[in-house]
Amino acid sequence: MKKVSGRVWLLLLVMTVSVVCFVPSYQPVLQALPAWAKAVLPNKGITLGLDLQGGIHLVLEVDEDRAVEIAVDRSVNSLQDLLVDKKIPAESVKRTGPQHMTIQFQNAELKDQIRKLLDDFPSFLEVESSGSSTSVVWELREAEIKRIKDSAINQALETIRNRIDQFGVAEPVVQRQGLKQIVVQLPGIKEPKRAKDLIKETALLEFKMLDEDGQVKLQLPSRVPKEQESDVVRQFADKLPEGDQILFERVIEKDTGREYRVPYLVKKRVMLTGDVLSDARVQIGQFNDPYVSITFDAKGGVEFERITAENIKKRMAVVLDNTIYSAPVIQERISGGRAQITGTFSTQEANDLAIVLRAGALPAPLKIIQDLTVGPSLGRDSIEKGVKATLFAGILVVIFMIVYYRLSGAIADFALVLNLVCLMGALSALTATLTLPGIAGIVLTIGMGVDSNVLIFERIREELRNGKAVRPAIDGGYDKALLTIIDSHVTTLITGVALFLFGTGPIKGFAVTLCLGIAINLFTALVGTKVIFDLFNQRRKVETLSI
Amino acid sequence: MLEILGKTNIDFMGKRKIAFAFSGVMVMLGLVAVVQIARGAANLGIDFAGGTAVQLKFDQAVRIDEARKALESNGVGDAELQEFGQDNKLLVRVKASTTIEEKTAERVLGIFAKEFPNNKFVVDSSTEIGPTIGKKLQEDALIAVVISFAGIILYIAARFELRFGVAAALATFHDVLAVIGAFYVLDKEITLLIVTALLTLAGYSLTDTVVVFDRIRENLRMRRRESEETTVNNAVNQVLSRTIVTSLTVVLVLIPLTLAGGEVLHDFSLALLWGVIFGTYSSVFVASPLLLLWPGGQGRLLKRS
Repeated sequence: MKKVSGRVWLLLLVMTVSVVCFVPSYQPVLQALPAWAKAVLPNKGITLGLDLQGGIHLVLEVDEDRAVEIAVDRSVNSLQDLLVDKKIPAESVKRTGPQHMTIQFQNAELKDQIRKLLDDFPSFLEVESSGSSTSVVWELREAEIKRIKDSAINQALETIRNRIDQFGVAEPVVQRQGLKQIVVQLPGIKEPKRAKDLIKETALLEFKMLDEDGQVKLQLPSRVPKEQESDVVRQFADKLPEGDQILFERVIEKDTGREYRVPYLVKKRVMLTGDVLSDARVQIGQFNDPYVSITFDAKGGVEFERITAENIKKRMAVVLDNTIYSAPVIQERISGGRAQITGTFSTQEANDLAIVLRAGALPAPLKIIQDLTVGPSLGRDSIEKGVKATLFAGILVVIFMIVYYRLSGAIADFALVLNLVCLMGALSALTATLTLPGIAGIVLTIGMGVDSNVLIFERIREELRNGKAVRPAIDGGYDKALLTIIDSHVTTLITGVALFLFGTGPIKGFAVTLCLGIAINLFTALVGTKVIFDLFNQRRKVETLSI
Repeated sequence: MLEILGKTNIDFMGKRKIAFAFSGVMVMLGLVAVVQIARGAANLGIDFAGGTAVQLKFDQAVRIDEARKALESNGVGDAELQEFGQDNKLLVRVKASTTIEEKTAERVLGIFAKEFPNNKFVVDSSTEIGPTIGKKLQEDALIAVVISFAGIILYIAARFELRFGVAAALATFHDVLAVIGAFYVLDKEITLLIVTALLTLAGYSLTDTVVVFDRIRENLRMRRRESEETTVNNAVNQVLSRTIVTSLTVVLVLIPLTLAGGEVLHDFSLALLWGVIFGTYSSVFVASPLLLLWPGGQGRLLKRS
């Protein structure tokens, strides 16, 4: 027989380490500890999964193609500016198709002049075959498209992270998944809808001039119910002057709370975008109505001053994600780099608007392709029921083992407790996330942990039946069961590892507890219970075994 | 010494024809279910099929037919409803391969707020899954299944012999198919969680089979003049009480989990429970007799050692 004391110490060490590791998972105990202990211990233990504490899990997809279109649109804008600067009388510049822009002009002699401008747009190349003597087609280079798509997701990731930081969520997860997906996890959040809106909003802020000369402007209805937006757009689709569009302002009647839309005729050309903001804050106006005060950076401030100086007495629309917030008349040149966004919104809406403006716009719209929201009450129910069922199951097994195997059963029960302690300690040390299937995994390991002991005990009984003395029977039982236990555990471990590698979310949680549980099982069954049997045997010569 | 079974000498191998007939039926049922799942005709959970699930907890009980009427009259006709009685909980599922942009969840909430103004509710959970995600999850689940099976067959083939690996894999397939078949017949929803349960029960059933095989291997090495059939039969009888005690403890664990573990764990535990029962049966009645069917397998293990 091997020496016992070494293994007893090992067992005690493992138990102590497990308990110490588990402490950070139980905040009341952690807080009660003296300062030096807190300094030594990690301050994070087992975290509860979204299904247990409530929260949202979103998978978002960046609309990459739209990001490319937006980039081409931007180039169209700057080419228009350049043509005006160089006094080249081109007729129109338009985005045609997702990655092309077409420049049209009346005089064929302009063609060479316009071609030269391509030097200023290195990310485009001219499409040779298309176009005519009075038009040129430019195409965005493949490498550039790839770069735009790639940076779109990184930028979206960064923007979402910023917004969530400002919104204030404990331990959020914002990660890239695969090529174009972003996973956002917000545990314990109370207002899921608000958080989702905050994440999804593109928050593209634009300043555009109203078109006040067009005939169409006079024909527009003064206001429409919100469902009829698209009707109005359709009705005026072919009457709109070149380069104009219809955008709507959202108006809520203060007395009745009814929502209306006020249509405006707006020039498509973007004067300034939200890129040039350095800050956005909520302020309260003189009638107690909240508004957002924005501050431009140096370049934006100069630009804004120039635009306002050139457009005095004209109306400028403040547009966010294609909705007009306000359309004030420019009274005078505005220097100092500040402006206001007013509109009918609550303090909370103004707050969220300030957050998205500060965090910046998303490079392209996002689609939510997976949305799991768990309310806090379900999580509480689940924990309560899960824990209750686990305890009950544990007690049943403990009683069964004692009834069936008597003293040996009690030793197996000790192994069971040891198992649980080690498992919780290990989960805590790994700062694992405990999900509901994870709890099921723990319960399952309890069942399988018992299996190892049953195997050993049945073997010992057989040895005893064959007339062996107690000590050789125990040793024989352990020896013969050893290979079987290893084989059976390894096969289950293979399943667990496959689940861990390919499972997602809650299934991963299940796989983690299962794999850890199996490893710990092996230890407790082969070392834990054997030590106790050996201890009994060492003290005195045992004639009969209670099994 | 308290024993459920004493020393037994049951002729399990002699009953293999009956067992194979029964198992054949279960496997056929399972295969039908798998084909139906692949065709999308089975009750696939929204995590695979895509769609929306909203679980609400009301102040007062809501009758399921009233809820259905409310939804239908507001244009959500294709919803499936399920209630969890004692907690006034209602689960609304809308399976559709639409995008989330339609905001089905918000629509459902709006309808209940409008139609049941005096019965307040809180949202327990809301799940919306786009069809692309469902595809990905299906693929991932399939990969997990294939990899774990390949790994297990390889491991057993290495530790024992090829015929043991194949018999164990077939018996495990049998258990998984039987549970899938049972779920299909009862029109239970196949969710990602159920797939997890299936993989777990595959692992469990294998464990069980390995224990029996281990004893068969041991006895084959020591045998003198008995036929292979007798050797296998003796081995099964020798480990029978262990097989039953083990299954009993796992069943003892799973029953409270099924009955009181809450709605999320119910189907999961139920799948495991059936799995344990089938797994125990198959180790004795399927895996072991399959060893005897292997052509020319007589005594090879004996020579090898």
